Amino acid sequence: MNATAFGERLKAGLWQDNPGLVQMLGLCPLLAVTTTFVNGFGLGIATLLVLGGSNVLVSATRRWIRTEIRIPIYVLIIASLVTCIELIFKAWFPTLDHSLGIFIPLIVTNCAIVARAEIFASKNPVGQSLADGIGMGAGFTLLLATLGFVRELIGSGSILSRMDLLFGGDPMRGLVLVDGGWLLAILPPGAFFALAILVAAKSVLDNRQRQKARDAGRAPGAATSAQGPTIS
Amino acid sequence: MSLGIAKSGLTLAAIAAICAALVAVTYHLTRDRIAANQQAMLEQSLAPALAGLEFEGPISESRLVIPPPHDLPGPGPAIVYRVFASGKPLAALIAVTAPNGYAGPIRILVGISYEGNVTGVRILEHRETPGLGDGIESTRSDWVYQFDGRSLGDPALAGWALKRDGGVFDQLSGASVTPRAVLQAIRETLLYFDAHREALFAAPASEDDK
Repeated sequence: MNATAFGERLKAGLWQDNPGLVQMLGLCPLLAVTTTFVNGFGLGIATLLVLGGSNVLVSATRRWIRTEIRIPIYVLIIASLVTCIELIFKAWFPTLDHSLGIFIPLIVTNCAIVARAEIFASKNPVGQSLADGIGMGAGFTLLLATLGFVRELIGSGSILSRMDLLFGGDPMRGLVLVDGGWLLAILPPGAFFALAILVAAKSVLDNRQRQKARDAGRAPGAATSAQGPTIS
Repeated sequence: MSLGIAKSGLTLAAIAAICAALVAVTYHLTRDRIAANQQAMLEQSLAPALAGLEFEGPISESRLVIPPPHDLPGPGPAIVYRVFASGKPLAALIAVTAPNGYAGPIRILVGISYEGNVTGVRILEHRETPGLGDGIESTRSDWVYQFDGRSLGDPALAGWALKRDGGVFDQLSGASVTPRAVLQAIRETLLYFDAHREALFAAPASEDDK
């Protein structure tokens, strides 16, 4: 596998097939933990690690696994990886683990991970599957971090608060712009509104890109993103 | 056909064994670090509930486990840490569980001086709503500080309730179940301390139950 193929997978995960923005997968954790940047980023990294690991393991074992038992095997692999990640977080990022709480074990139920195992890793070699896992995980992390950043800014009026959860040290309040913000943004409805705005913004950007390509007399470039979202 | 089932079963068993091994190895590698983290977190979380009192030695060594049934809030065993200064009892930290939080039990640490005044209250663990019930955390609002210095006589027992319920304590805007549960747990803990004070400080430290 060469660098361009890796770049392609990364681009697909970050933009064209972003698991959250386009495929609408894994919305439960996406909406629940993104009340601050650090929470969103932390869960994103945990998901990325699980996704990379599960894609590699599923891809490596794909020749021995009969189709009838593939789902329980995916569940087994994902559940044990998540348990390992949880233990690692507890050992090295105890405060972040404390803050994310139940949503680390709940990565098991993130359908973006089973979806990548089923759609991609079970049909492709290990290298490409790893690239796919990293790309999709990075796309998910980017979305979680962006949502967290925006919701924290509007809902709490601060930027990058509690970064000590990642780096240790004393509790940090981050850059506090105003004391307290618009509460709705950090409640569950705020998550839906913020996600909807991000999905709309992505469409606008894609449309503008396509318009530009058409104006220049070339074939439309971003054809892959034209497909509708699959809800799960 | 049956051969196929046997083969599938074997594959499943093999993968399950590999996964179990993976988890076991990770557990083994992280176990000591996690235990150390929990110990450090414990000491760190205990100190603020003592509001500037001068004391000696690590608090967690004076741990006393009170098995149920007891009169403290929460169904499980309650944990008490005794704090001494020059051999004299100074304060007790009691970790209790308020069973009636909005989103499940809330673990609370109540610090009480020997004289019966609250030295500090901290929330150890909860799952309350972000932005509403989580104001009980000292990092998110000043709500828990209103108990500092209070005792069973200040206010009188009837006053140990939220203002909305006819008491003297502030509620949290937008949440009433959460602060009510915490407040009730603090009141019950004070009542327990008042009744069992001498026995609490006289009891030997509990063995580590590792």
